[in-house]
Amino acid sequence: MKHTISVLLQNKPGVLSRVTGLFSGRGFNIESLCVAETLDPNVSCLTVVSRGDEAIIEQITKQLNKLIDVIKVTEINDKEYVEREMILLRVKAEAATRAEVLRVVDIFRGKVVDVSAKSYAIELTGSASKIQAVIDILRPIGIKEIVRTGIIAMSRATKTK
Amino acid sequence: MGKITGSQAVVRCLQEEGVKTIFGYPGGAVLDLFDALMDSDITNVLVRHEQGAVHAADGFARVTGEVGVALLTSGPGATNGVTGIATAHMDSIPLVILTGQVPRPLIGNDAFQEVDIVGITRPCTKHNYLVSNVDDLVSTLREAFHIARTGRPGPVLVDLPKDLIATKLTYPEKTPIHLSCYQPTFNPHPVQIEKACRRIMRATRPVLYVGGGVILSNSSKELTELAEKLSIPVTMTLMGLGAYPGSQKLCMGMLGMHGTYTANMAVAESDLLIAVGARFDDRVTGKLADFATNAEIIHVDIDPTSISKNVRVDIPIVADCKNALTAMNKWFDAESNFKQTEQAGRLQPWLALISEWTAKHPLAYKDNNDSIIKPQYVIEMLHQLTGGQAIITTEVGQNQMWAAQFHKFDYPRHFVTSGGLGTMGFGLPAAIGAQMAFPDRTVIDIAGDGSIQMNIQELATAKQYSCPVKIAILNNGYLGMVRQWQELFYNKRYASTIMDVVPDFVDLAKAYGAVGLRATTKSEVEPVIREALATNNIVIMDFKIEREEGVYPMVPAGKATTEMLLV
Ligand SMILES: Cc1ncc(C[n+]2csc(CCOP(=O)(O)OP(=O)(O)O)c2C)c(N)n1
Ligand SMILES: [Mg+2]
Repeated sequence: MKHTISVLLQNKPGVLSRVTGLFSGRGFNIESLCVAETLDPNVSCLTVVSRGDEAIIEQITKQLNKLIDVIKVTEINDKEYVEREMILLRVKAEAATRAEVLRVVDIFRGKVVDVSAKSYAIELTGSASKIQAVIDILRPIGIKEIVRTGIIAMSRATKTK
Repeated sequence: MGKITGSQAVVRCLQEEGVKTIFGYPGGAVLDLFDALMDSDITNVLVRHEQGAVHAADGFARVTGEVGVALLTSGPGATNGVTGIATAHMDSIPLVILTGQVPRPLIGNDAFQEVDIVGITRPCTKHNYLVSNVDDLVSTLREAFHIARTGRPGPVLVDLPKDLIATKLTYPEKTPIHLSCYQPTFNPHPVQIEKACRRIMRATRPVLYVGGGVILSNSSKELTELAEKLSIPVTMTLMGLGAYPGSQKLCMGMLGMHGTYTANMAVAESDLLIAVGARFDDRVTGKLADFATNAEIIHVDIDPTSISKNVRVDIPIVADCKNALTAMNKWFDAESNFKQTEQAGRLQPWLALISEWTAKHPLAYKDNNDSIIKPQYVIEMLHQLTGGQAIITTEVGQNQMWAAQFHKFDYPRHFVTSGGLGTMGFGLPAAIGAQMAFPDRTVIDIAGDGSIQMNIQELATAKQYSCPVKIAILNNGYLGMVRQWQELFYNKRYASTIMDVVPDFVDLAKAYGAVGLRATTKSEVEPVIREALATNNIVIMDFKIEREEGVYPMVPAGKATTEMLLV
């Protein structure tokens, strides 16, 4: 099972390596990891996507909580939440396929951010499933390069903390 | 108030924490600190190797319950301490380790004796710090002590750049420590206590499974009260020994890989396992799928990560063991449906079954030849001749297991052993730490001929600080525990476990200004121990024991704990 965990951390040197060290040292897997400052410059927010059964996710949550620099851990899978990932793709765009690529970009509400004679660079934002769909559709046309940010997530406002 | 240097502030902080003795080794990065210490009433015990410093601080902490302090220089000084730090971490021992670091402008430049010790020790400390701003120095040290001693204790390392401790600062007033991100749960949830107690009242085959948490939280008294109020038999982990008196009737001894037949059978047949301050380590559970399959589990621990980590728990209680045990005792005292005599009667069949197991397979060894020495006999004699009052430290291996099995520990903080990490070389420096804490008590390191050589250099430390520690080497000429596994599981192929060359330990003792005694037959054991105990100096007792004696019972790794190999 895939789980998204949001972690508020003290924004101090070495804190990120405490978190990643915990995952590697205990054999927990990291599917993606994003981290950046929050509104409060002393606090950063880390979103980690991991896989495991309930017991493993429970351990991950508890172990994260045990780190002294961790302020708050929220497992956001069982809640109403929004998740987004951004992806940059360089796609082959030759005479025969240029129009097709643009159509796909349009359907998925992406943007062409760089153009060359033989390729387009595309920027796209969406949920994990949307990102996957775009990749699946563009792959036959020819994807040359992909860069992804990893998932960030946020609980919906209706739910209280 | 005038300004003082960082080093002076460190010293003042140590004094503020009540530290009288630290264990350390100097070097370029910490010259200032050692210099500042000279102007204080704090004694630095100059060890002979930094691993020894950390183990000694650890031994000091284990017997006193206070935070042990070690002071090491940068680079190799710090890395030499890592095994000691990991040892303390695995056994949840409160330590503050101060390390020197190269000056701040040089950090990251591969400077002379620079090492990223904060990075290296991140996974084996409870927390660690590199102090990079002199205004944070004192608050960081206070936090370090606070974190080391509260909650589930553990080692905290503070890395101090050389230029920082030379910088002047105004020493800040002491204010209460409040760390918003670090709030251990000390008090049990009353609902959980009630649930647990009601479940205990229905149990027909309850077992108390007690670990080091009870020692760390100083709750032997509360545990003993609960066990006796409810007539519940007690088994202890290696780290828990002494939490409940080993010579009491309800005591079943240690459980797990080298546990007693009774303890392992009782856990297997139990309908309610009450784990207190224990963590279901693999050396305790054996094959997990077959562990305590008939039992519901109540688990008291201050560390939520210990609960349901290896074994699913039915009634978790996150709390300091002392508070949880007190709450349980109070609950039973207030419960009108609970009658102590009725409870004792109700559990009679269970206690009878337990006595039967003990009668059938007591802890035992074959002792039918007076020309040889059985190691178990040495341990029994040590116990007898000290009246069980000595502080016992151990090395690791068979010596450690025989000590755990055959010395009946009646008091907490009398057994000092490396449980989680199993660190050979722990016992001698730990004994020095214990002796520094209690100069008037008898401290004995039960050692193996292999392990004792790992930190043998600390004999000089013991001599320099007049620590009359006693070392009982169970000399089998082997890395005995490994040899035992080779005997059982590798067709007796003794690959690299035969120690053909060892020093003459009697001569070695002399070289260090200590006393060396040797026993080669059973009848020599008692006089050697008597003489050692009467000697106000370090004594090495070299017991030439039966070479291929094994530790039994034994549960082979990965087997169910009921599948014991017996004597
Ligand atoms: C530092 C370290 N290295 C290796 C081991 C693995 N090991 C465990 S017991 C043991 C043998 C110990 O030999 P000795 O001290 O003579 O004790 P005995 O088992 O013979 O009583 C070894 C090598 C260890 N526990 N610690
Ligand atoms: Mg040996």
